[in-house]
Amino acid sequence: MAEVEETLKRIQSHKGVIGTMVVNAEGIPIRTTLDNSTTVQYAGLLHQLTMKAKSTVRDIDPQNDLTFLRIRSKKHEIMVAPDKEYLLIAIQNPCE
Amino acid sequence: MGHPEIYPLVLTSKTQEIFNCRIDEDVTDEQPYKLIRKEDIFADFENRAAVSDFYPVKKIIQEYPGDELLLVYDKDFKYGLNFYLIGTEEGKENYLNPPEVPEEQEEYKEHIPEDIYIYKPPISKPWVSLGSEKEIEEESVKESTKEITYMISRKRSEFGAPVKFSDQNASSVKDAYIECTAYPDKKFTLKQLERDVGMQVVPKIKDTSTQTRWTYPKNATTQYYPREFSEEEKDALGQSKTLTEFLNNVSISVEIALQQNEIMNTFINDWKSLAEEEGTFGDKTDTHLKEYQSFTYMHNLTENMITCVSWHPIIYGLIAVSVAVRLSFEERVHFSGKLLLQPSLILFWSFSDPIQPQLMLESPDDIFCFQFCPSDPNIIAGGCINGQIVMWDITAHADRIENIKAGGSRSKNVTLKPMFLLEPETNTEAMYIRHCAVSSIENGHRKVITDIHWLPDTFEINRLGSVFENRSGISCQLVTCSADCTICFWDIRPQKALTPQPPPEKKKEESIEVPFDVPSTFLHLNLSWKPLSKIRLSKGETALDHCPTKLSLSEDSLLYKAQDKMLAQSKAMKAGEMNPYQNLEGGLGNYLKPIDDFCTKFFVGTEEGEVIYTDWKMEKDPETGRFMTKKPLSLYTVHDGGVHTIQRSPFYKDIILTVGGWNVAIWKEGIMTGPLLQSSCAPKRYTSGHWSLTRPGVFYIGREDGYIDIWDLLEKTHEPVQSQNICITMITYIKPWTFSAKQQFIAIADYYGTLHILEIPWTLSRPSTNEVSRISYYFEREVKHLEYVEQRKKIREEEKKEMEMEKKKVETYQKSKEQLEAKLKMDYESYLELEKDILINLGLIKVEETMSNKEMI
Repeated sequence: MAEVEETLKRIQSHKGVIGTMVVNAEGIPIRTTLDNSTTVQYAGLLHQLTMKAKSTVRDIDPQNDLTFLRIRSKKHEIMVAPDKEYLLIAIQNPCE
Repeated sequence: MGHPEIYPLVLTSKTQEIFNCRIDEDVTDEQPYKLIRKEDIFADFENRAAVSDFYPVKKIIQEYPGDELLLVYDKDFKYGLNFYLIGTEEGKENYLNPPEVPEEQEEYKEHIPEDIYIYKPPISKPWVSLGSEKEIEEESVKESTKEITYMISRKRSEFGAPVKFSDQNASSVKDAYIECTAYPDKKFTLKQLERDVGMQVVPKIKDTSTQTRWTYPKNATTQYYPREFSEEEKDALGQSKTLTEFLNNVSISVEIALQQNEIMNTFINDWKSLAEEEGTFGDKTDTHLKEYQSFTYMHNLTENMITCVSWHPIIYGLIAVSVAVRLSFEERVHFSGKLLLQPSLILFWSFSDPIQPQLMLESPDDIFCFQFCPSDPNIIAGGCINGQIVMWDITAHADRIENIKAGGSRSKNVTLKPMFLLEPETNTEAMYIRHCAVSSIENGHRKVITDIHWLPDTFEINRLGSVFENRSGISCQLVTCSADCTICFWDIRPQKALTPQPPPEKKKEESIEVPFDVPSTFLHLNLSWKPLSKIRLSKGETALDHCPTKLSLSEDSLLYKAQDKMLAQSKAMKAGEMNPYQNLEGGLGNYLKPIDDFCTKFFVGTEEGEVIYTDWKMEKDPETGRFMTKKPLSLYTVHDGGVHTIQRSPFYKDIILTVGGWNVAIWKEGIMTGPLLQSSCAPKRYTSGHWSLTRPGVFYIGREDGYIDIWDLLEKTHEPVQSQNICITMITYIKPWTFSAKQQFIAIADYYGTLHILEIPWTLSRPSTNEVSRISYYFEREVKHLEYVEQRKKIREEEKKEMEMEKKKVETYQKSKEQLEAKLKMDYESYLELEKDILINLGLIKVEETMSNKEMI
């Protein structure tokens, strides 16, 4: 339990990180550092996108798999690390 | 005669012969029936079986109790066939005895007349009144008055004469018509005392509507809420091993990605960030201020200088200037008689008219500083040389100055047009406007007022300096500082007199006649205006106090921004109810909410060149129990002469520029250790200064030789970037103003009374990209530098201490060495003596010998 918190705290303490969250395979948030409505929105949308990306990768090559997803936008960068059961989402503001 | 007993039959002629019921022979109208024996019918059955006419009713006949059946001839075919049989004895009886029934009825009828009624004629009785004559009387119509009879006669010859009709107006002839006008008669009005109304209790409903954002134009919507885990589930999951493993595996890659971003921004477009913004107006190399216009007031007897300049906050091209005589104190006293004849003025110049000022505001004495009220630019407050505050209200003339069209003055050739070509817009004679109110002479300042500011309309101050919210929405308080070492807060609303004024004073005031054309906005203040609170800047026990020259409060920069806000406000005021300044009493009685954690500290610059950071809130002195002003929080003497400019940067609320003597300093509020930047002594004295309104790192300094120095903190911080000559004499005031993104002017006032308007070139008015962040970064660096210096100071002190300690140690060490030697010597001598004594005691050495021994030693 403490390990989980500690890891998440470590990620959160990086420079520019706005929020971190852990989401289960169905898109239901388990742990988050943001407020509820934002978390739910991110979780729902990113879960769907991750599924789509994963299926894309595997359609092209069935032996391949999605390891990491990074979405860079004007304001921040969203990083999604997928797994069989969970999803770790981190939002960072890359400093200029 | 019930129908169920009737059995219609058809009897053929053969049957009729057998039974002797032949039509019109045996059976006739008189006797339509025939009694037939049952046995006969049975015999017929045997003879003729099914052919017998009686066959259909065989069963009835068999059941018939009697011997004889009645057979009736149905002449009229009443029952459908020519004969019918009555199947019961009762029916037979009824048929045979019907005449008895009508007979009975007739008998019944004859019963009534059988009650023999003998007719008796009525005997007359006396009439008994039953009360009906009253009704008759009421109902009867009688003539109340005697009938009047008229007899009208006319000459016979007139009857039938030809008649001539003509028109006539009914109203012109008297009594030509009679009208019966309707009038409301109270006798006939009915007052409804009772009303039948139905009532029903309903639940309270509220109707609201909202505008929803229709992001995706589709007519179906779904309402949903997301699935979430409860706290226990979350905890349970958090403790699961799978989550820990997952995080351990995944966090590595996430951290790599995060660090990549921290190291470098891979998506930056280097080429793009190199270039500055394009689309510049004008030449990039052109950095000089261009002369646009200049104004001089020619009508005065003595020479003037300009003491204060202010642009009109709303109207384009209107600038107000306060003019004072250019004499020293002694000369003023000497020429005081002459000076009285000359009015002291604030002039309003417009770009369209360089010769004649648009408005001239009169004041009792020379004005040294003035300001437009931020909520209403028709109210102007000015500080006089004699310590009075003067208020003007130019609302009545507002339309005059608003209608001044700047017209074509964007071109720089306005000054070259000959005068007769200039269209006279309105009355070309300048208007003298008398002041509205002056403050009380006894209770205000004693010496010249050096600075005056309006407090912004967001807060209010009470007597003790505590801050409250301002509900009236207008600026109603002023702060002034004066050479008599005090800072006063004033309120322009009528004060509730705490002590009743003695009557003779009141009479005196009433006898002062106010000229009729002066608006009465501030009449309540005239000559009796006292400050709300006074702060004395004392230096402690010494008699000399600080002599403030300029103030800087925390929210001064409101004036520069939001010209649109001003417009909206003034429009709203015109459209809505009356001007709040006409009704100043309205705002007083309300209970105001105090604003907590409001910064009540401000900067003051003094005549001696000090910059003081102090608080206006009064605190309770523990010894005397009175409310005293607080001691200043920090005091620095950085300037060699009087500080004449303290100004907050329009971009950063806590950066202050101070100019005085021969140098310039920039401060940050909150940093108590010293100025962020202090320039070295310039060759010429600095006499005025101002931040640039659009570029955060640029400020303008005026010198005593008529040059203006332009500093740019991004380029050089030790000397000005550019120096430009404006006039031949000392520059007394600088005030830039932005009219649009392309046009920025700077007004420079000089000692000889001329106001120069120059246009700021594009390079000086347009900030470069990221200039704000670069300048703030620069200031941060300076702050860090100051902190470093402090740290170094501390370190140095410590080092010094250590060195001293060591020195001390070394000295004591040396000292102890000498002491030791001395001690040793003494010990040795005492030892020698001891040796001698012992030897004498032992008798080894004689006293005389010892003496000689001693001599020998």
